[in-house]
Amino acid sequence: MKISPEEVAKVASLSRLDLPEDKLELFAGQLGDILAYMDKLGELDTDAVEPLYSPVKHTTVLRRDEVRKDYRREEILANAPEQDGQFFIVPRIV
Amino acid sequence: MSELHTKTLSEIAALLQSGDVKVVEVVKHCLDRIEATEPRIKALITVMGDEALKEAEAMDAAGPDPSKPLWGVPMVLKDLLTTKGVKTTCGSKILENFVPFYDATAVARLKEAGAVFVGKANMDEFAMGSSTENSAFFMTANPWDVERVPGGSSGGSGATVAAGQCFGALGTDTGGSIRTPSSFCGIVGLKPTYGRISRFGLIAYGSSLDQIGPMTRSVEDAARLLQVMAGHDPKDSTSVDVEVPDYLAGLGREDLKGVKIGLPEEYWGEGLDEEVKEACAGAVAQMQKLGAEAVPVKLALTEYAIATYYIIAMAEASSNLSRFDGVRFGYRNKKAEELIDMYTASRTEGFGDEVQRRIIMGTYVLSSGYYDAYYNKAAKVRRLLRQDFDKAFEQCDFIAGPVCPTTAFVKGDKADPLQMYLMDIFTISANLAGIPAMSLPVGLGKDSAMPVGLQLMGPAFCEAEMLSVAERLERALPPLSIPEL
Repeated sequence: MKISPEEVAKVASLSRLDLPEDKLELFAGQLGDILAYMDKLGELDTDAVEPLYSPVKHTTVLRRDEVRKDYRREEILANAPEQDGQFFIVPRIV
Repeated sequence: MSELHTKTLSEIAALLQSGDVKVVEVVKHCLDRIEATEPRIKALITVMGDEALKEAEAMDAAGPDPSKPLWGVPMVLKDLLTTKGVKTTCGSKILENFVPFYDATAVARLKEAGAVFVGKANMDEFAMGSSTENSAFFMTANPWDVERVPGGSSGGSGATVAAGQCFGALGTDTGGSIRTPSSFCGIVGLKPTYGRISRFGLIAYGSSLDQIGPMTRSVEDAARLLQVMAGHDPKDSTSVDVEVPDYLAGLGREDLKGVKIGLPEEYWGEGLDEEVKEACAGAVAQMQKLGAEAVPVKLALTEYAIATYYIIAMAEASSNLSRFDGVRFGYRNKKAEELIDMYTASRTEGFGDEVQRRIIMGTYVLSSGYYDAYYNKAAKVRRLLRQDFDKAFEQCDFIAGPVCPTTAFVKGDKADPLQMYLMDIFTISANLAGIPAMSLPVGLGKDSAMPVGLQLMGPAFCEAEMLSVAERLERALPPLSIPEL
């Protein structure tokens, strides 16, 4: 399957990545090869097969419904590139 | 004792408990060994020398604690396991300065058992790779030949154990990332059943595939570490709530009578290097001498495993890595004036090529119009692959085969991504099925003189029996020494 540099650019933009022209060209070639390899799954008839998304059943464990503080605010903010001691600071949105 | 680093984890744990060596002495020995070998091996992103020595002094002051099976034992952690107060980079520029405020459950359990951490190991960025050439910081070398790769993505963990810098390390295995470096570096590596060890605090790559496991210089050591880490954790919804057996109890068996070893023709045919085949076949013959019965089995869908794996792993990666947006932690581009631009610039500058390639591929296979053709199709084939194993295990107790088609290759030798992905042909099926698998060193290849690993795979939660069989085989094989450095 062929994939064009323009298609790679579109998917990259959906993934919040902005790649230069030479990388788009390189990735287009490589992703085309990888997708062509993946197309071999089409050889298998899977119409009646239930998908398997995880090897185990996920079990949601509910804690007791009581107020609890696991971590302090300053711990959670400590790794933020920008914060004011109360909130994460980000560039303007509008 | 100048030869301390040649001891196994079990041996050093016993010496520490008896008081024959002090924790400070052992930790200093490891730090000296790190200082002497790191310039050539480059296994560690962070060396925790001061913290480890301080802890060692406190432990010596308190004295040995028989209730702690790893009391005073120096260990290394793959740098995607969160460590409270210690940098955790995932081998990525985007997390270069990330200092977690909590320990991963596996790390906390090792700490509770008395382990002393001396370093965080290098790895392929976000565990994406089979050679540890994709770290944002530097490449790690194989201690057996520094021109060659140590395998990946837990290559730093493999190299640090093989080089005698510590007595055991943790790796993670999404598609073979414990077993491949263990095979390439000549050590024991175990990927437990999915759900056996909590993934809380493991920075996720492929959530339905990732599993933490021990990398050690003996099977007994792997059993000791698994014993400490295994068991249900309410913080991880995929952690399975089943009883943890005594993994050490079955070791020391006399023979392998009554054990059926399945040999899938798909693992022993075309594409396998002659020297790997010879070393693995020799180990199987040894198992037969010990009384095991070898039977042919079919894993007919093996040729579809790589395509299935990479679709699922990349899809999950694209989702997991969306959390790296420069807001709450990690690298941020400071020049962007608007929020979306900041996300884009931070991610573009923070992620390396292989990670970007997989994010794009994952986004593509999950996108409208391609979801059914790729992701859903792969999830269906995944079920068929698991059924393949179920059928095989009706005929045998364990499956044996090579870990990798070759021994450790020369750095830069697999520049094409697809060529690199194909190296995982024998390891990824176990992750897709969620079953346990391990690599056991079985000798050196006659052409390359590099280590060869035999892979054993078994039904879910059969680790106790698998370790028992592997330990018997280990005793029958000539031991691999620590490579000269």
